[in-house]
Amino acid sequence: MLRIPCPHCGVADEAEFRYRGDASVTRPPADAGVDAFHDYVFLRDNPAGWHLEWWQHAHGCRATFQVKRHTVSHVIAWSGWPGEAPP
Amino acid sequence: MSSGRYSGFRLLREAMAGHQGWRRAWHPAEAKPHYRIAIIGGGGHGLASAYHLAKTYGIRDIAVLEQGAIGQGNLGRNTTIVRSNYFTAPNIRFYDAALQGWERFEQELNFNAMVSQRGTLNLIHTEGQRDLFARRANAMALEGVDAEYVDPAGVKALVPLVELTNARYPVLGGFLQRRGGTVRHDAVGWAYARAASDLGVDIVEHTGVIGITPGHPITLSTTAGPVTAERVLLAVAGHSSTLAAMAGFRLPIETYALQAFVTESVKPVLDLVVTYGGGHFYASQSDKGGIVFGGATDGHNSYAQRGSWPQVEETMTAGLTLMPALSRLKVLRQWAGVMDMSMDGSPIVSDTPVPHLYLSTGWCYGGFKAIPAGGLVAAHLVATGTPHPLAEHFRLGRFRAGAQIDERGAGPYPWAH
Repeated sequence: MLRIPCPHCGVADEAEFRYRGDASVTRPPADAGVDAFHDYVFLRDNPAGWHLEWWQHAHGCRATFQVKRHTVSHVIAWSGWPGEAPP
Repeated sequence: MSSGRYSGFRLLREAMAGHQGWRRAWHPAEAKPHYRIAIIGGGGHGLASAYHLAKTYGIRDIAVLEQGAIGQGNLGRNTTIVRSNYFTAPNIRFYDAALQGWERFEQELNFNAMVSQRGTLNLIHTEGQRDLFARRANAMALEGVDAEYVDPAGVKALVPLVELTNARYPVLGGFLQRRGGTVRHDAVGWAYARAASDLGVDIVEHTGVIGITPGHPITLSTTAGPVTAERVLLAVAGHSSTLAAMAGFRLPIETYALQAFVTESVKPVLDLVVTYGGGHFYASQSDKGGIVFGGATDGHNSYAQRGSWPQVEETMTAGLTLMPALSRLKVLRQWAGVMDMSMDGSPIVSDTPVPHLYLSTGWCYGGFKAIPAGGLVAAHLVATGTPHPLAEHFRLGRFRAGAQIDERGAGPYPWAH
């Protein structure tokens, strides 16, 4: 069971949250072209290690926020609002 | 040294001689400095590819580099189910070629893999689901693949354990493929390793790849020193992105843990493979008597080969809703493997941005059933440099071309699976 620190509600069980994927990708400008959008939509670093990702507190405040989690050990190092960056 | 032909007569002869005459099923090889073809990953697809390269395409100078031991990755972690009840025509053709491969498997490889065509039954719980399954059955019938509709009384006759009158998800019927079933998974690895080894392939266990230098030949840094190869096939399931990163490119893949469970052994109670349509749960009974079951992935990126608790609860809940009698059983073991979830839920058997480097990945949580055909099409690709006719739709470039495979109606995001 992951214990996820919601920036608004505090720490809660994984069962309250919904995973929303990789938070390290950024949407390219509208005129960036097919290759840039292909990379944005489909390609992922998919690391075996630290991963920046979106979670939504679906059964809590319903906010979507970022979590930095290790994909092998499941250790969570940081959580923060959109636009913030882990230290 | 070959392990010799297996037969009833051989078993009798060895029994009379105190079972002293059995030899290793495959020769334990050390990595040589150079190969014509190196296959990274000694799982089902890697071994089947090696076998087909040697048998069908006549190339014997091959190494299979496996980080652990044969049969200890996803090949020994799946729930052993085989079927070909897909929806899109190219996928039905591909997966039925795999199912036909299983039907020939034991004779072709001279190995008892306990291929059991006991049938796979997908249960139907809503009118919409019934329409979808009817459409799928018709799509399969058009390709000449067997599929049939079973009414609730028929479901009860096939699987008495199923609770038909569940208040939330009553069983309205079932979608049966009689040719589906189970195959003993580790025997599949042993059979392919033995057959490939007999054909001259080096099965190199406990040798991990830690670096890939593109070029011609491609240089692989391994834990046993450098190995060069004219052509390289990546068949490493959940670790595909890690290996691709070594070669300098990224993949439309995310890695997720998928769990499976087995209960204590009981008398035969479940004759075929059953999947629940109201939640994510599927089960079959092994020949030892344990109920083998599983559900959905853990739902977030994970390379941890263990499961998360919410998914344990979710799977058990779904299973008990469908078959309440299972609540009396003790779960003996629970485990997880890491899956290569592709962005459209279909596999990628393709060339890559790196010349002479090929991929067999994106099998999601359905790779086991595909092994006989997956090995053939990957071998064809590596041997000839062109896609096999059965697998032209599995190319990596489909994502850039907007030609993703709309197999399951699922969204193009691994976290939606």
